[in-house]
Amino acid sequence: MKIHEYQARELFSAAGLPVPDARVARTPAEARAIAAELDVPVVVKAQVLTGGRGKAGGVKLAADPDEAEAAAEKILGLDVRGYIVEKVIVAMASDIATEIYLGAIVDRQSRSVLLMASAEGGVEIEEIAKTNPAAIIRVAADPATGLASHQAREVGFKLGLDWPQVRQFDSIARKLVQTVVDLDASLAEINPLIITPDGELRAIDAKVNIDDSAVFRHPDLAELRNPEEETGPEREARENGISYVNLDGNIGCMVNGAGLAMSLLDVIQLNGGEPANFLDVGGGANADQVRTAMEIILDDPAVELVLVNIFGGITRCDDVAKGVVAATQELSRTVPLVVRLVGTNEVEGLQILEEAGIAAHRDMVDAVRVAVAGVTA
Amino acid sequence: MSILLNGDTRVLVQGITGRQGSFHTNLMIEYGTKVVSGVVPGRGGQVEHGVPVFNTVAEAVAETQPNCGLVLVPAFAAADAVDEQIAAGIDLIVCITEGIPVLDIIPVYHRAAAAGVRLIGPNCPGLITPGDNVKVGILPGQIHIPGPVGLVSRSGTLTYEVVQALTDVGLGQSTCIGIGGDPVIGTNFIDCVWMFQDDPATEGIVVIGEIGGSDEEECAEFIANEVNKPVVAFVAGRAAPPEKRMGHAGAIVSRGSGTAQAKIDAFRAAGVSVADFPADVARLMKERMQG
Repeated sequence: MKIHEYQARELFSAAGLPVPDARVARTPAEARAIAAELDVPVVVKAQVLTGGRGKAGGVKLAADPDEAEAAAEKILGLDVRGYIVEKVIVAMASDIATEIYLGAIVDRQSRSVLLMASAEGGVEIEEIAKTNPAAIIRVAADPATGLASHQAREVGFKLGLDWPQVRQFDSIARKLVQTVVDLDASLAEINPLIITPDGELRAIDAKVNIDDSAVFRHPDLAELRNPEEETGPEREARENGISYVNLDGNIGCMVNGAGLAMSLLDVIQLNGGEPANFLDVGGGANADQVRTAMEIILDDPAVELVLVNIFGGITRCDDVAKGVVAATQELSRTVPLVVRLVGTNEVEGLQILEEAGIAAHRDMVDAVRVAVAGVTA
Repeated sequence: MSILLNGDTRVLVQGITGRQGSFHTNLMIEYGTKVVSGVVPGRGGQVEHGVPVFNTVAEAVAETQPNCGLVLVPAFAAADAVDEQIAAGIDLIVCITEGIPVLDIIPVYHRAAAAGVRLIGPNCPGLITPGDNVKVGILPGQIHIPGPVGLVSRSGTLTYEVVQALTDVGLGQSTCIGIGGDPVIGTNFIDCVWMFQDDPATEGIVVIGEIGGSDEEECAEFIANEVNKPVVAFVAGRAAPPEKRMGHAGAIVSRGSGTAQAKIDAFRAAGVSVADFPADVARLMKERMQG
C-alpha cells in the first residue's frame, strides 16, 4: 500500500524524525493562507502516489503567500505519470548545504531490513544504482535487535559527515529502520535528507510503502489508504479476496493461480492480442467466486470477450463450469466466452459447459488464438 | 533417487483439523505420504483421517518422530507455527500459507538458517517426489509420473501446467518443488538447482520464474558456472505493467528492476533454453535431453 508524502511526514514526525512543518492545501487560496501563517519562504509540492513529480513541474519554491498561491494554481490539476494532482503540501523551505539519500527497505536478497545511504541525495536511488553503484552504502539491520548505533555511525562517517552530524545521523538512521519494523513497511525513504548551512539534518521528503499482508494488524494505517491507488473493480476484487489488475486491452481474463494468470497475459500478447486485466480467482475457487470474478471483469467496458483459463489441480473443473454458466445466465452484460478447462473433474466440467452451449478448449495456446481472433484488433 | 523427500519421509501437519489442513491431509495420505501426526492447540487427543493430533509440536515429535513439517495455518499464526517446528527440531519445514507479513518471516528465516533447518515457502504449493509416492503440500498428485526431470518454480498452477505438459510427452519428474511467491522465502532457485545437479536421478532441470527480485538472474549465473545438466526455463510476466503486484506478493516490477526480459536474457546468456509459453518447456526439455 502506498501513501502520500504528507501522510508519511506525519508518521515520521511521530517517530521523532526531524521533519519541517508542512500542511496540506486543496486549493490555491488554502496554499496562500498556509504560507501566510508560516511566514517564511515555502516549497509547494504535488501529492501523488508516484515518483517523477519534480520533472513534471510538481515542486515549486515560493518566497511569499502570492507566489505560493500562484505555484499551487499551476500544480493542482497537473498530470504526473497518469495521476492528477488533487492536493499539495506547503512546507517550510530549508537552506540546503548537502543532500543525502537515506532509505530503509525490506531486502529480498539479504532477507533483512537494509539501510541504504548515498552522498548523492536528491536523485532517485535507482538512478544512482545505474550511474554510480559504488556510491550506495548498504548495511543490514539485525532482524532481532534492529540497526546498531555503531552500524549507523559507520555509514555516517562513510558519507563524509563530521562528528556532530554523525550523531544526528545515527539517531535518524536507527529511527528510520525502526519505522519500517513498527509500521510493517516495505520501504521508508528520506530523499533528500539535507544538511543545512548550520549543520542541522532534516528530512525534507518522506516516502513510506506498507506491506499489504500486514495492513490487517494496523487499523490506523489501513485508514490512510488512498482511493486513487486502485480502480473501482480493483477495490471490489481486493474486498472479495480476488487478485485483479486493470490493463489497457479488450480481452478479459479469468485464471486460477497468479503465475498461470501472468502467463496467459504473456501468451495473449505473443499472439497479437491485448489483455484487459490480470485476474487470479484463487486456489480452490468455487462457483460463487467465479461468478464474482466474471462480474468484476465485465465492469470494464473495454472488455469485448472473456477468456477463461483454468488448470484444475485442487480447483475442480465442474465447480468452475457451474460458476461460468451461472454468470452467463445471471449477469446483465454478456460477451463472447472462450474457455480452456483441463484437470480435476474435467469431463464433468466440459459436460456442464456443453449443455449450456459453451465450447471449451484443452490447449491454452489454441484458446488464446481463438480469443484474439474474436476481438477487434 | 530424488531430493528432499523419499520413502522415509514422515510428515507432521500443523493445522490438520482446519478446512485446508484436513482436506490436504486426506489427499496426501491417498497419494501415499506417511502423515504421522497433526498439531492443533486445544485439540490434542483427537484423531483426523486416522492421524493422532497433539497440542504442541514438541509432543508430536516425541511421540511420532516426524522428519518433515507442513504448515497449513492462517497467515497471522503461520510464522509462529514455523518457529515452533524449528524449536522442536524438525529440519525440513514446508509453509503453504499465503499472506504472512514479510517482517514476521525474516526473523524466523534467520533462526531456521542458524539451526540448519531447510524452510520451503511460504506461499508455496509444497513439493512432490512421484517415484516414492510422497507429496507434502497441495500439489495435485495425479498429474505427476516418476522420471528424470527436476522442477523448481515460484508458482502453483503454472507449475501444474508445465508438469502436465512434461507428463504428456512422457517426461516424468524426480522431484517438483514450489519455492513460493513471497518476496522473502526460505529456499531459493540456486538451493534447488544445486540439489538437482547433485542428484543422480535428475537428468534435466526446469526452472519456472516470474517478475520481481533477482533470484532468476543469480540462478542463471550459478547455472553458467556450476551446472552441466540441461536446463529449461520459463519466466512469467512479460506483459505485466510496472509497479503493480501481480497476485503474488513478490511478483512486482519495482523501480525498473525485476523485469521478465532481464531474467530471460540472463537465462539465455547462461545457456538455458527459455520457453515462449508454459507447455513449450516440455518440447525444449525433450530436445535438450536427446541432444
